Amino acid sequence: MAHSVLLSGVSKRYANGTQALEGIDLAVEEGEFLSLLGPSGCGKSTLLRIVAGLIPASGGQVEVRAARRGETGFVFQDATLMPWASAIGNVMLPLRLSGIARREAEPRAAEALAQVGLSGFERSRPRALSGGMRMRVSIARALVTRPRLLLLDEPFAALDEITRHRLNDDLLSLWERTRFTAILVTHSVFESVYLSSRIAVMAAHPGRIAQELAVDAPVPRGAEYRTSAEYAALCREASHALSRAMLKEAA
Amino acid sequence: MKSLLAQWPRIAAPLLVALLILGGWEWAVRAYDVPPYVLPGPAAIGAALVQEWPLLSRSLWMTLQVTAMALAASAVLGLLLAILFAQSKLIETALFPYAVILQVTPIVAIAPLIIIWVDQVWLALLLCALIVAFFPVLSNTTLGLNSADPNLHDLFRLYGASRWQVLTRLRLPSALPLFLAGLRISGGLALIGAIVAEFVAGAGGAESGLAYRILEAGYQLQIPRMFAALALVSVAGIAIFAALSLLSRWVLRGRE
Repeated sequence: MAHSVLLSGVSKRYANGTQALEGIDLAVEEGEFLSLLGPSGCGKSTLLRIVAGLIPASGGQVEVRAARRGETGFVFQDATLMPWASAIGNVMLPLRLSGIARREAEPRAAEALAQVGLSGFERSRPRALSGGMRMRVSIARALVTRPRLLLLDEPFAALDEITRHRLNDDLLSLWERTRFTAILVTHSVFESVYLSSRIAVMAAHPGRIAQELAVDAPVPRGAEYRTSAEYAALCREASHALSRAMLKEAA
Repeated sequence: MKSLLAQWPRIAAPLLVALLILGGWEWAVRAYDVPPYVLPGPAAIGAALVQEWPLLSRSLWMTLQVTAMALAASAVLGLLLAILFAQSKLIETALFPYAVILQVTPIVAIAPLIIIWVDQVWLALLLCALIVAFFPVLSNTTLGLNSADPNLHDLFRLYGASRWQVLTRLRLPSALPLFLAGLRISGGLALIGAIVAEFVAGAGGAESGLAYRILEAGYQLQIPRMFAALALVSVAGIAIFAALSLLSRWVLRGRE
């Protein structure tokens, strides 16, 4: 299979001398769902921003097979919506920025909103929507350009557990249907095991990839998967990997 | 209906205070036999207002015209300068001190010069009011243009937005609440600037504003008329503030 993202020896040193990332080798295959799991401060968000092209790496090579406009979608930890625009206005933004006329952009944005279960809320302003719904708008905005690569920076961290589970399921079924490549930054072991096909466990100081874990459970996954022995075993394994990564860092 | 009921103290309470003050004032003037050229009672002021309305209303209209033009010019100039400042830190650093100098120099000190340099009186008045009024719009809008959500900035960058798109679709809408707050302050300042300039200019005749009516009434010891003109200035100031507050609420409805 072809690589969607290929990182070799990537490092990032900030102007103040902090070594955020060092020696990152990572290959993400097309259609894969990869989680970057790690404690806060391990540079996982920095790594995601480097892949998005929002910040440059200090060293190493970054190859992204979705570097053209609209081929990469990004979902932030906060919904990051424009408060002055309606839900559909927010979702239309990526299309409008690339010069697509409103007449053409609007049905596509409505379709993206329908994909995340928000039909009927097109005209709602962000403040009139719940936290979960705002995050759905944010996901619709990232999907409206039909990206090949979707980058998610702890998108569900601020949501309550019930909403988080629902959004996990919806994201997974969207991924199953369209098979974009997804990279999810998270500090939740459970979320990474539930969603991904592979987990890269990261350690901090400097940020690096400590271990990789494959998650072979078939998709669709549901409530049964969440309570299965396989899921529990994977969670245990990922937790151990995370503890080991953090232990090494303390030593 | 419920909102009206909930709002009535907001209107009734200050009204009650006004009634108490005016009533006490009228009573004191009568009880202590204060002559009207020292302090007229509210009734005398009201009578002067009605009697002199043709003259006063014309002056009110003059002052309001200068104020409105100064406010409009402040909005445009403040906004354009803020957009210029937002283009680069260097431009802002180079020019902002001069905007501050204009702001902190008392207008009474500059007004005589402006009146000497500019032949048309209305233009001189407008310039004075503008100098006083434009700064809040400028500083607020500059702040607003720089206050857009950094994540939204990243998003715009991710989708390859042009500088123009970032300005019109992100920075200007982000700055709108602060721009409107600046405008609300500028409204009052434009009126003050216009009044101060009229005082300094001292332009008489039929085409003069409320400040001149105050001066004139003072010379003639027509203190009730002086108070009537003063009351009109206050009412105009309150009306401008209320109108701009309403405008701001209407524009920002539905936002966070």
